[in-house]
Amino acid sequence: MQTTHKSNPKLDEITDAEFERFKEYFYRKTGIQFENSKRYFVDKRLLQRIHSTGHDSFRSYFTTMRYQASGEELQELINIMTVNETYFFREEYQFECMVENALNEIMRHKKPGEEIRIWSVPSSSGEEPYSIAIYLLEHWAGIDKIDLEIISSDIDSKMLDRCRRGVYSKRSVQHLPNKLLERYFTPVAGNSYKICQDLLDSVSFTQINLSDAAQTRSYRNFDLIFCRNLLIYFDDASRRQAAEVFYDAMNPGGFIFLGHSESMSRISSLFKVRKFAKAMVYQKPQA
Amino acid sequence: MGLKKERKIDISPAEKSSRSSGRNFEGLSQQLQSATSSERRWAARDLAIYPDAVEPLLHALRSETEHPVAIAIFDSLRQIGGETVVNGLLPLLSVEDAFKRNAAIEVLQEMPEGVALHIIELLNDRDSDVRIFAIDILQQLAHPQTPEWLLSVLKDETHINVIATAVDRLAEVGTQEMIPELKALKLRFPNEPYLDFAVQTAIRRIKGD
Amino acid sequence: MKTILIVDDAVTVRMYHRQLMEDLGFAVEEAVNGVEALEKGLQHAFDLFLVDVNMPKMDGYRLVQEMRRIPELQAVPVIMISTEESELDKEKAYLAGANFYVVKPAKVDELQTYAMLLAGKVT
Repeated sequence: MQTTHKSNPKLDEITDAEFERFKEYFYRKTGIQFENSKRYFVDKRLLQRIHSTGHDSFRSYFTTMRYQASGEELQELINIMTVNETYFFREEYQFECMVENALNEIMRHKKPGEEIRIWSVPSSSGEEPYSIAIYLLEHWAGIDKIDLEIISSDIDSKMLDRCRRGVYSKRSVQHLPNKLLERYFTPVAGNSYKICQDLLDSVSFTQINLSDAAQTRSYRNFDLIFCRNLLIYFDDASRRQAAEVFYDAMNPGGFIFLGHSESMSRISSLFKVRKFAKAMVYQKPQA
Repeated sequence: MGLKKERKIDISPAEKSSRSSGRNFEGLSQQLQSATSSERRWAARDLAIYPDAVEPLLHALRSETEHPVAIAIFDSLRQIGGETVVNGLLPLLSVEDAFKRNAAIEVLQEMPEGVALHIIELLNDRDSDVRIFAIDILQQLAHPQTPEWLLSVLKDETHINVIATAVDRLAEVGTQEMIPELKALKLRFPNEPYLDFAVQTAIRRIKGD
Repeated sequence: MKTILIVDDAVTVRMYHRQLMEDLGFAVEEAVNGVEALEKGLQHAFDLFLVDVNMPKMDGYRLVQEMRRIPELQAVPVIMISTEESELDKEKAYLAGANFYVVKPAKVDELQTYAMLLAGKVT
């Protein structure tokens, strides 16, 4: 290894032991386990970060990252190791779990006149909260028996404007069955689709910074929270704080859905783990 | 029935009630002793902005049995930070309650400067379990002297479990210079298969081949 | 094939126990703390949990207590492995619902024998 370094100043290989060392560290921090089949993918990105941070060996790069108090470089790595795309009906099995299990369980504890409240964070460009609304209208029989509120929040006001406009690209709606596309959208210029007024009205969008205690404290009494593929991009402290916010924002017995590569096990033990037929969900214990 | 329309939605229907009263330092400190656990939890969370809250929070932690409340107390202590918090949490390493012990370790892991002042004394504690917990703190501590402290354990420590824990951490943060000390362990503890395995693993990872 | 979940925050301990269990013909999965152990335990059927006591987020005692309350995990045998050697610690482990308690460093024979017995593996 040493001699190759001299003849070729640009490091171009991660050794088996280095890969293992990185893999274990990444697993401990994030809960994400790379299979050996992902080796090429991981090595490539690791080398990319080693080069762009100006390091000439895995060791010096890893040590710097390991002792960086801000955790910035680890976040950088998480960003490039995970793909984050948003589109309608992404991770649909969770919506299935919502209508087949979670909501029915919540219904059982509701008294006449009470509502069900759903919080979707982050709004991003709106695909998630609107997917929830469509899913409820299409697949949940209970909707005739109770009122539901959907609130969706994002830190970025530009994103919230996009949500309120409700115009989506072909790519974004490609997983929607044609029937639903026709029912809830109108084609508009630029090969895009505008979501119908009824759906636009059924989600209220708010701006929020999850790390700001003063802002989050008024979010209360939610039965379901969707927070998918967000916490993984937070540092340890913000992630924990977000979990605390969600806990206090929920009714006892409420459920929280995280992204498929995310796990509460690296964040908090406040929630119970629940396994349903199609998804694993976290639950605030009944008081 | 059905999906409610935006303008009818109130973000916080049940808000504006009891939690608005007495939310100053004195009021919140008192509420840490409330009979209602959700009130204690909110008090603990809201005290995070008061540097003087360390004392009442630590005091409440001693008798707190509800995990959600204790978790909020630990989190507020973490946010306040500083030497009084470190001094207040160190005694928890010797308590029977595994939950409080491990929660204290997690908070201390995020206070490298404060921990640095005490780590030598912790690594020399009379109780081998406390020495192991000190090494657990080092597992996540963002302090550049961590490898050096771990190396001192390899040199000075005699208890097998304490050494084994240090060797485990070196599989992640060890450096070339430590290899002789690691090898020496094999001679000092010839009949310990786990330690042997951990030493081999650490050496292999350090060499990176 | 019988499967074991190894729950420990120390990577070399997990690797070592994995080797001991694989030598006996078990399949092995790993978790770094009690919360992850519950997540994995609900996703796959395990024949045995090997559980460390001191772990972040959720310690071994609490993990076993939780398991005994969850129908899917209620009957899964647990061996707790701890650095703590006092009778009190042992008693705490059994009270929480552990089936066997081993003091570290665990003796290879002892650990393997009890793993086979508790996981119901016939040799």
